[in-house]
Amino acid sequence: MSEPVSALAGARFDGFAKVEALPPRGMVTVRGDFESAALQAAVRSAVGIDVPETGRVLFGVGTAIAWLSPDELMVFCAYDAVPEIVVGLQNALADTHALVVDVSDARALFRVSGLDVREVLAKLTPADVSPNALGPGVLRRTRLAQVPAGIWMTGESAFEVMCFRSVAQYVFDILKGAAIPGSEVGYF
Amino acid sequence: MLILRCPYCGVMADETELVPGGEAHLKRSGPGSSDDDFEGYLFHRENPKGVHFERWRHSAGCGKWFHAARCTVTLEVFGTYPAQVTEPPQEIREAISSKRPGWSWREYE
Ligand SMILES: [Zn+2]
Repeated sequence: MSEPVSALAGARFDGFAKVEALPPRGMVTVRGDFESAALQAAVRSAVGIDVPETGRVLFGVGTAIAWLSPDELMVFCAYDAVPEIVVGLQNALADTHALVVDVSDARALFRVSGLDVREVLAKLTPADVSPNALGPGVLRRTRLAQVPAGIWMTGESAFEVMCFRSVAQYVFDILKGAAIPGSEVGYF
Repeated sequence: MLILRCPYCGVMADETELVPGGEAHLKRSGPGSSDDDFEGYLFHRENPKGVHFERWRHSAGCGKWFHAARCTVTLEVFGTYPAQVTEPPQEIREAISSKRPGWSWREYE
């Protein structure tokens, strides 16, 4: 068994907010009809969480499910829990028009944290990152500078950022640039 | 700067989060159609000063195509609606009529 390696293993930057590349995490794409009872039951039994509402992310014990589009979910889990979850979903959805794919190695994850973390994000995305719009339980798909990304809150002043692995270095660099000490805007 | 509400995510999406997809509600003329109809389908587009219907894709968001009705002069947005329709929905037409009485666009009014 080969060791999973994240795009930027251990990279971090301490600016006015902290930017950290996160270790490998399980990510499973599920596509299908959210109205279908079969899909709802499959997700509940394989992941232990219900299908979230539009634009939301739900957290379980060591797992999470995010709404990515009207027919696309992202399941987050421990990296080594992926095979079991994929097989569980695929078996439960065998007779349903649906797609289940392990995309863990196709994405990169970052954690951005600190009191002024919203300042960092606001410099890079046109999305409304005020507490009203981007509070706990919301996953916003948007762009960070020139690439697509997903952003959600994981704590009082911490966000996680998901992007394609191929642009991991770019995203780390722009987050770093936006968090350089002295560049606080003081808006939030 | 244009801000459109994505009818799928419900978020207010900045223009830079979207990709424009040209004119909405084109009627396809394919094999077997007359040369004039085929030419019109391929090349003839509205270029209105005022009410316009367009296709947009929420490319940096949910990835879905949707429709938008807006004014090309003021950038006022009358409404957005899902892609699974072949003509502007009644509520969108009414919203436009309340702002631009007497408007017309192609065969719609
Ligand atoms: Zn959308």
